[in-house]
Amino acid sequence: MNFWEYLGSRHQQLLIDTYQHASVVFQCMVVATVLGVLIGVVTYRSEWAGNLATTATSTLLTIPALAMIGLLIPVVGLGVPPTVIALTLYGLLPIVRNCIVGLRGVDPSLVDAATGIGMSRPARLARVELPLAWPPILTGIRVSTQMLMGIAAIAAYASGPGLGNLIFRGIASLGSRNALNQVLAGTLGIIVLALLFDAAYVLIGRLTIPRGIRA
Amino acid sequence: MPEPPVPDAGTPGTGPRSVGATIELEALTKRYPGSALPAVESVTLDIRAGETVILVGPSGCGKSTLLKMINRLIEPTGGRIRIGGEDVTDMDPVRLRRTIGYAIQASGLFPHMTVAQNVALVPKMLRWPAARVRARVEEMLDLVGLDPAEFHGRYPRQLSGGQQQRVGVARALAADPPVLLMDEPFGAVDPITRDHLQDELIRLQRELHKTIVFVTHDFDEAIKIGDRIAVLRERSHIAQFDTPEAILTHPADDFVSGFVGAGAALKRLNLTRVRDIGISDCPTVSVDDPHQHIVDKLRSGGTDEVLLLDKRGSPYKWLRRGDLMRAGGSLARAGTPVHDTVTRDATLRDALEAVLTDSTGRVAVTGRRGAYEGVVDVETLMNSVHELLEADRLEAREAQADIEEQRAAQTHAEQEGFFGGEAKT
Repeated sequence: MNFWEYLGSRHQQLLIDTYQHASVVFQCMVVATVLGVLIGVVTYRSEWAGNLATTATSTLLTIPALAMIGLLIPVVGLGVPPTVIALTLYGLLPIVRNCIVGLRGVDPSLVDAATGIGMSRPARLARVELPLAWPPILTGIRVSTQMLMGIAAIAAYASGPGLGNLIFRGIASLGSRNALNQVLAGTLGIIVLALLFDAAYVLIGRLTIPRGIRA
Repeated sequence: MPEPPVPDAGTPGTGPRSVGATIELEALTKRYPGSALPAVESVTLDIRAGETVILVGPSGCGKSTLLKMINRLIEPTGGRIRIGGEDVTDMDPVRLRRTIGYAIQASGLFPHMTVAQNVALVPKMLRWPAARVRARVEEMLDLVGLDPAEFHGRYPRQLSGGQQQRVGVARALAADPPVLLMDEPFGAVDPITRDHLQDELIRLQRELHKTIVFVTHDFDEAIKIGDRIAVLRERSHIAQFDTPEAILTHPADDFVSGFVGAGAALKRLNLTRVRDIGISDCPTVSVDDPHQHIVDKLRSGGTDEVLLLDKRGSPYKWLRRGDLMRAGGSLARAGTPVHDTVTRDATLRDALEAVLTDSTGRVAVTGRRGAYEGVVDVETLMNSVHELLEADRLEAREAQADIEEQRAAQTHAEQEGFFGGEAKT
């Protein structure tokens, strides 16, 4: 059975895996974005809190994904919970760091002007600082998504959802008829998904970054 | 003088435009934790309604800090602030700032908002109805000399530095605040644009009569714009607070005269306009006059020079006796062309400049559409400058005498009080 025949015969299962992979990455990204921006907003004004947030999240990233999921299994069990927790944690770093860098990079004279014309602190954050920091934050979200695409594959180790199942099954049965096809289908599926997500981010950037600050 | 109460300024439905409010600073102090000396030490300053006051001083003297304490961007550690008679030292700072215009260096426009969105910010925060905000934005852009139709939807980066600064002023004035604070607003634009912006500000202020507090380190800018100038030394101590004329002609001490710099008499020329001194007449002829008439005029006139006007009545050439003959009778080739003219609104400095560069030792004054009105010559200029300086000196001496008298009376009273107090114990 060649690769195309394999795709043709298993397309239903493949689509489900792809959909679940995309879905878990997307949902974890939403949570990671909300959390990451929140952490950034809370910490960027203080030198040490900001640095602590960046260091903590980058330390998380140095833990190998397999080890992280392995460590989570005894605590939260198998399946979806360890996958979601691990992905969200890994997704935080680029977002937190870019959010802090972006917010700190806003021209202080603009912050001064915003306060000077009578904006309250939440208004200033929502109307001036976050919109101006949005391009770097969006870049962070993009980098995070790319990263999570790959890491999500490892979630299959904890019986999580997604294309990782195909890859693991293929690796486990190397030498059998469909092993290579399975690994190939899983990997290509992830690449295609990553490209699609990236295209979506380009579109989101077009729609959400105001013309006045678009590069 | 009735002052508009500050919190009401700019709320929807207030009838006439608000004019300036008084600003009283009383022993205002800013002390940063960890530094031995305060950044601003006990500044007391009374600013009249509708007046333009310039805070000028060397960098690091705390003039910006002093300004930012007025809208409490920097919270004072001591003293009181009163605007329009109302104590605002403990008022909600966000509400306070919406009633005070604020314009800063490099405009401070938000790059992700269009010109219209930037200008509309404060009125929107004050919850003006949408239609009123829209109308106000157009009005403000018009006021600062930008065509609303053209600039409305532009982003700040699509504007020149001078245009950005205009929009910055429009935004500061949008909610019609009685008080306008300007922190080196023209510091980041080129000298020619800065000159234009200064002229514009003077024009605006003639229309609006806001109370403006303006920070700069450029003394020439201070003289040009200010009704009164506060020269600040370190820790914002007021070295002198007076009219530009008084500071130029009678600096309070060495610090002020050092800051005024060389050429105080020359700078004085910036304060007087051609309309304030006499314009003399001079014989003129027109290019349309018959040739013989021009020749007669040149021969008969008391002067040996006539001014030739072109078809529209603008100064064209200076003609001397003999010029015509040397040019073989041709008007087109005879005489020396007029290089430079001044209007009645030009400063004496401009006039002097023109006189000095023109070989004839005088400059033609023009009115509407460049039509000839008269001339100013070197002697007139010299005489008026002498008179001006003399008058200034006299005034300053009187003012000085007044101050000394007051001081003497005060000391006297204190001494009496002191002895009186001792007698009681």
